[in-house]
Amino acid sequence: MIFGGILAGGTGTRMNIVNMPKQFLMLGEKPIIIHTLEKFLLCNRLDKIYVGVHKDWLTYCQELVEKYIGHCEKIKIIQGGQDRNATIMNIIESLEEEFGTSEENIIVTHDAVRPFISLKVIEENIDSAFQYGACDTVIPATDTIVVSEDTKVISGIPERSQMYQGQTPQSFKVNLLKKMYTDLTEEEKNILTDACKICVIRKVPVHLVEGDSLNIKITTITDLSIANAIMRGEKTE
Amino acid sequence: MINYVYQLISPRIFNIKYEDIDLQNQVIIKPNYMAICHADQRYYLGQRSSEVLKKKLPMALIHEACGVVVKDPTNTYEIGQKVVMIPNAVKEKDEIIYENYNKSSHFLSSGYDGFMRELINLPIDRVVPYQEVDDKVAAITEFVSVAMHGVNRFKKISHSRRKTIAIWGDGSLAYVVANILKIECPESKIVVIGRNAEKLAQFIFVDKTCLVDEVSSSLEIDHAFECAGGEGAAYAIDDAIQYINPQGTIMLMGVSENKVPVFTRNVLEKGLTLVGTSRSGREDFEKTIYFLEQTNLAQKLQKIIYVDDEVKSIKDINRVFANDLNTTFKTVFKWNF
Repeated sequence: MIFGGILAGGTGTRMNIVNMPKQFLMLGEKPIIIHTLEKFLLCNRLDKIYVGVHKDWLTYCQELVEKYIGHCEKIKIIQGGQDRNATIMNIIESLEEEFGTSEENIIVTHDAVRPFISLKVIEENIDSAFQYGACDTVIPATDTIVVSEDTKVISGIPERSQMYQGQTPQSFKVNLLKKMYTDLTEEEKNILTDACKICVIRKVPVHLVEGDSLNIKITTITDLSIANAIMRGEKTE
Repeated sequence: MINYVYQLISPRIFNIKYEDIDLQNQVIIKPNYMAICHADQRYYLGQRSSEVLKKKLPMALIHEACGVVVKDPTNTYEIGQKVVMIPNAVKEKDEIIYENYNKSSHFLSSGYDGFMRELINLPIDRVVPYQEVDDKVAAITEFVSVAMHGVNRFKKISHSRRKTIAIWGDGSLAYVVANILKIECPESKIVVIGRNAEKLAQFIFVDKTCLVDEVSSSLEIDHAFECAGGEGAAYAIDDAIQYINPQGTIMLMGVSENKVPVFTRNVLEKGLTLVGTSRSGREDFEKTIYFLEQTNLAQKLQKIIYVDDEVKSIKDINRVFANDLNTTFKTVFKWNF
């Protein structure tokens, strides 16, 4: 089976505004997370979409979905974990409780705050995860990436043609991801906050899916302003 | 839900517009194959007047496409149902006036966004399902339905003596009209008159083809279809008026940007009927799908389809429009956004 895992555990601290986690802020006429969910709902290959939300916002999120989408059997809102990977694991636990385990189970994890995701990228993630076991959505880096180990001077400038910027979705065979995560020590779990990085550390190949430069992550007020500008048609390619 | 709309903002330049679309009351279709119409190409190249371009752009092009239902709140169609899309947006029903001529109707890709979008939202009556048609042929259903509409109106309007029907034009429209006439008027002799010998060679199924400057002075026809359009429209209409028998009907189907002089003396003298037809409505789409599934029309149409590589970027959109300029007939491509 194929599952969506929407990561909405954020509490809005980076937004620097009171109370409201960024995924619940309005983008045009709807909250950001509703735009994201609506696109995932149109992917008919997904059997169920789990949304991992901070415990304080479970009821709010439920009400939001009820208001904008209505009652929907395909969406299940669950409590997220203390970090990104813990939220993914909570989602996996929930889906396995409901549907059991299978080698064929796939999870497409996606940031709730990337509402410009296209159906095509979701579909390509599913295909890639089936074929290779793990995949990450990326775009080629346009800026030169500079490495600084001491935060003061440049320690290296990698070849740009080999650099990509990671986006989401990141998709995996559920059993593969679960096994790698449970094998991590507590210390490793604290460091390896990105699921694809766990694969890379464990020498599991992660295949690339081409993303879109406008599949932006809305994490700051400026991002939200840009996203609203994009929605109003102020961006020209 | 945020949808991607690929708009032409000025000749040869596209921009992505993002719009929030209504998911509650409309059927949502993922486009599969699309076809380019001359009208799209004229916008793309900037061959419309600057006033028209200023008024209609930015706008997503393409009004010929098939797709797959991904959501249907009305439960009319199952998810995955293949459909063709009707680009004519209807506001008012009228028992007398066809929906494609109704003043309140508007046409997608003519001032309103056409089908170059990630997903397409339409009222449920703006899609027609199909099963047994090759998707690449289904992509040109709209184009075929325009010919179907013309032939249907011809049958309603023209007198019943239809011994010989002539078609002026040797392009895709003439080809489709000729095919439909062979099915709808099996007793009639179909003559196709064109400018290009190699194009006319495709019309092997008609009774006679000839080049415009080799038409016999003894030619007599009962009715005519003008499918030339453009600069050729004036010559085609003039020839049709010359060779047609009294009280014949001339169906005008080719689009011309310029005003065309018509020799009204002979129109009056012969008591001719000139009928303008363009676009089509749901009825024509349904009949076209029926023909595509039940006759050999789909097989014939394969011969006028050039399938280009898939389109999955703005660069690809420019490529497919450029390639279309070098293909003789219809350019069809897979839309992969």
